[in-house]
Amino acid sequence: MTAGAGTVNRAEVERLEEMARRIRVEIIRTVNHAQVGHVGGPLSAADILAALYFRVLRIRPDEPAWPDRDRFILSKGHSSLVQYSAMALRGYFGVDELRTFDSQGSRLQGHPDMKLLPGIDMSTGSLGMGLSAGLGMALGARFAGRDVRTFVLLGDGECQEGQVWEAAMVAARYRVDRLVAIVDHNKLQQYGWPGETADVRLPPEEPGELLAKWGAFGWRVIEADGHDMARVVAALEEASVPEGRPSVVIAHTVKGHGVSFMEGDYRWHSKPIKPEEFAAAMRELGEVEE
Amino acid sequence: MGRPMREVFGETVSRLADDDPRIVMLDGDLGSSTKADIFEHAHPDRFLQMGIAEQNMIGVAAGMATMGLMPFISTFVSFAVVRPLDQVRVQVAQTGANVKLTAGYAGLFTGMAGKTHHIVDDISIMRAMPGMITISPADDVETDRVLRWAAAHDGPVYVRIVRDATQRLFDEDYRFEFNRAVVVREGSDVTLISTGAQTPRTVDAADLLAERGISAHVVHLPTLKPLDVQGIVSAAERTGRVVTVEEHTIIGGLGGAVAETLGEHRPTPLRRIGLEDIYTESAPNDVLLDLYGISAGGVADRVREIRWDR
Repeated sequence: MTAGAGTVNRAEVERLEEMARRIRVEIIRTVNHAQVGHVGGPLSAADILAALYFRVLRIRPDEPAWPDRDRFILSKGHSSLVQYSAMALRGYFGVDELRTFDSQGSRLQGHPDMKLLPGIDMSTGSLGMGLSAGLGMALGARFAGRDVRTFVLLGDGECQEGQVWEAAMVAARYRVDRLVAIVDHNKLQQYGWPGETADVRLPPEEPGELLAKWGAFGWRVIEADGHDMARVVAALEEASVPEGRPSVVIAHTVKGHGVSFMEGDYRWHSKPIKPEEFAAAMRELGEVEE
Repeated sequence: MGRPMREVFGETVSRLADDDPRIVMLDGDLGSSTKADIFEHAHPDRFLQMGIAEQNMIGVAAGMATMGLMPFISTFVSFAVVRPLDQVRVQVAQTGANVKLTAGYAGLFTGMAGKTHHIVDDISIMRAMPGMITISPADDVETDRVLRWAAAHDGPVYVRIVRDATQRLFDEDYRFEFNRAVVVREGSDVTLISTGAQTPRTVDAADLLAERGISAHVVHLPTLKPLDVQGIVSAAERTGRVVTVEEHTIIGGLGGAVAETLGEHRPTPLRRIGLEDIYTESAPNDVLLDLYGISAGGVADRVREIRWDR
């Protein structure tokens, strides 16, 4: 179970990088098809989801309700496309179903719905709630004596919600050590705090603020470049090793990562893609669309 | 008088947990008030202190439910319904989580805590929430039966539990039937429909009305979501005049529910007695009941004063 950075060989890193690339391609294709949906947040989390779904998580896509599976909660539920794309590529459902995203009758709702889509461990969408549910799962696994680990992905903007810190406090109090939070620290939120001019939006937190806060709440804090696959894997696997307290991976990411004109621009939080933008994005991601 | 519902809550859930290993109790630092402390003494390993952090507590309960546990919540209505309303809606109701929102200090009997703790719109809120079963038992006996029913039901259930001893309405043979209106007194002049701890007071009001020559038919409606439509219609047809009586706002609560039902299914002259769009104040229980006109005497007076020809 333990795996440091050195144990991830180059071929494995390249395999996971390719899955992250394909996840990004499916995100862009789906938003282009639906002409609706969040873009920046899913792209910033693509490497993390690739590492989780294609290596770290102990899951059975053909048996999504397997009782001993690891749990994963996308607390930043508006980034549902990154999870749907990862799940489709992992074999939970066909990639074609991604094109139903946000359409009437689809299992792929705007925010993940556990009642509709097998493999979603908790419905999310209202920010700040996922870590509490993850704590409940971790405590439930402890009661049942199951070797189940629970991973919860949060946004950095989401960490402004008070409930996140309620959960952080209680998790540390119960020394829950099979609970891993991951913060997609992409330094932007939907609109953001005003900077010196209207076009400049300040990040959700000051530099170092998240590390200090999670540390102060009694969590083991692991920092990683969220787009360096070897580092992402190493951080997640280090965080998975029980150590008598919950762990958080602060993953430094770039909103919109992978498509140059979307990177670091808060306006790409959620907006439709124009035909020329779609073509350019596909080229940058190494896909040739017919 | 019956025993305080909160004591029944602590004892009944403890007994249920003797035979049901799924049951856990999550407490929002009020176990000594809600009497979840009784459960803690019986099952210390299954009592989890969640601190003064109720939004998290609701989310933890939802997560635990996905692992096969059946969490009961120990806090006040104000912190089980109103404060974590979005968590209740998104994490419990929308997921159909097997979580029992057993909320104490329902209504006005809060140990003189005043308007912050007098949550008198919870029925209106919870019955508007798809998938949220809402039950308001009348006394200690019914509280026990409702908790047993809730534990046997797979899904979210909201149970309103009163702090102080309330009047005993039912005998030990009482069997709770989910979503069934209960006729607790026969009469022919006017139908009084009531819920929760107000029902025994409404029966007393009917006794006072009888002394004045008015025969009141009294129906207890413990299940407020869903609604026993046929039971309400039958109760209305019995006398052709309906008065709802509740220790709760008349907006959207029992009165609202009955008005909606009869308006659609059996239009009937109707009056609603309860709290009328106000914030309440701190005072002893009996003073509050008199102040807001829902003591037995207050209800009897208001029913007598109704001019049905208007």
